[in-house]
Amino acid sequence: MTQLRELPVDKITKAIGDLIQESAYALPDDYLAAMRSAQEREASQVGRIMISTLLENSDYAASQQIPTCQDTGMAIVMLEIGQDVHLVGGGLTDAVNAGVRQGYADLRKSVVADPLLRENTADNSPAVLHTDIVPGDRLKITVAMKGFGAELMSRLQMLPANSGSAAVTEFVLETIRAAGPNACPPIIVGVGLGSSFDGVGLLAKKALMRPLGQPSPQPHIAQLEQELLQQVNALGIGPQGFGGSVTALAVHIESFATHIAALPVAVNLNCSAPRRASIIL
Amino acid sequence: MLPKSIQLPLSKESVLELRAGDIVLLMGDLLTARDAAHKRLIAEIEAGNNLPVQLAGETIYYVGPAPAGPSQPVGPAGPTTSGRMDPYTIPLLKLGLRGMIGKGYRSEPIKQALIQHQAVYFAAVGGAAALLSKQIQASEIIAYSDLDTEAIRRFSVVGFPVIVVNDCYGGDAYADGLAEYGPPN
Ligand code: SF4
Repeated sequence: MTQLRELPVDKITKAIGDLIQESAYALPDDYLAAMRSAQEREASQVGRIMISTLLENSDYAASQQIPTCQDTGMAIVMLEIGQDVHLVGGGLTDAVNAGVRQGYADLRKSVVADPLLRENTADNSPAVLHTDIVPGDRLKITVAMKGFGAELMSRLQMLPANSGSAAVTEFVLETIRAAGPNACPPIIVGVGLGSSFDGVGLLAKKALMRPLGQPSPQPHIAQLEQELLQQVNALGIGPQGFGGSVTALAVHIESFATHIAALPVAVNLNCSAPRRASIIL
Repeated sequence: MLPKSIQLPLSKESVLELRAGDIVLLMGDLLTARDAAHKRLIAEIEAGNNLPVQLAGETIYYVGPAPAGPSQPVGPAGPTTSGRMDPYTIPLLKLGLRGMIGKGYRSEPIKQALIQHQAVYFAAVGGAAALLSKQIQASEIIAYSDLDTEAIRRFSVVGFPVIVVNDCYGGDAYADGLAEYGPPN
């Protein structure tokens, strides 16, 4: 019989609290590297000023240990739980939300308990929690602190089955055109393709979790990522929307099987504060 | 070229001088308000009540700041998306609001109202909240303190960098950027 590995849930609480604190103050290295190379590529002078301001902001926030952006977002927590892990010491969801409360103690509280009544929960909980059961005895935690300027401009569409990549491209471009400066460009574009109505949004979110500079392992998807990136940047929106050659740093696509009737597509945008961090317990 | 400094509250003359695309540094006092405060202000106006703040000549910054650290007057404070305030903006312009700071597109009726009321819309750099907070020297809650980050505050700013997006002549820096770098229409 397989040996189960016991993992106390308070370790998950602490890890999530720490990941939130760290990513509030420091943006991912792969993102900063992509911004530095974007600064060399950017054709517009104002665009270059915008990128250098954002890079300077990130240095300043890290040096002062203050958040890079006032909107430290809503916590999206993704757990890959090895099937040989036995969680002990309390409920998993409670432990995750306790971690969110700890992490956000000094940060802005941006979550309301009910979308219509809109009363602030005052501790930034709850998290949006996704769990996958995977082989093994490890638990991987990924936390995104998702700013809603970019979330608000994200879109989902159930295209008919044979729409093909042209219709996907048109939908992605239309979404980004409408977002313009609102999503705090340079943006990162996460595209979900396939699955079902509920699944395609999660695929798009997972696409945003992939570090920059890593194309899709599927050649036809990697090619579409490249083509889309070129077309997005040809829109001319530019850094902060004042015109320029760098509207997006990357387009990432995650795809999954789908039904013979449909081609679901979701476009989730990430902004100039693309906070994400992972740890394996 | 160093950007020019503009005094707050904005004078009519400085509004008339500003053109879309100008980068300027703001000096002086402004108000903050975002979604929840706007909703309340409009409810007060509709009910015929007095507002907790005078808006004539004022500039509103659309921001919900992060909590202040130990040695700061205010935490990181960058702009939020302005378009969400569009449905509330015309009544405030009628009361004399002269400037707004945020990020992102305004609706056509708002751009027209800026011409009619001789007011201006600026953008601050979205995402550069830590850096922007360096230019805020004082912060005081002056209304709706129960709204926490969404309360109305008075900020005193020094050299606060913004770009004119929509001026009072119909100029539009976002449209100019697209015309220069986007595909031909
Ligand atoms: S969209 Fe992102 S960068 Fe812009 S204000 Fe929101 S969290 Fe900050």
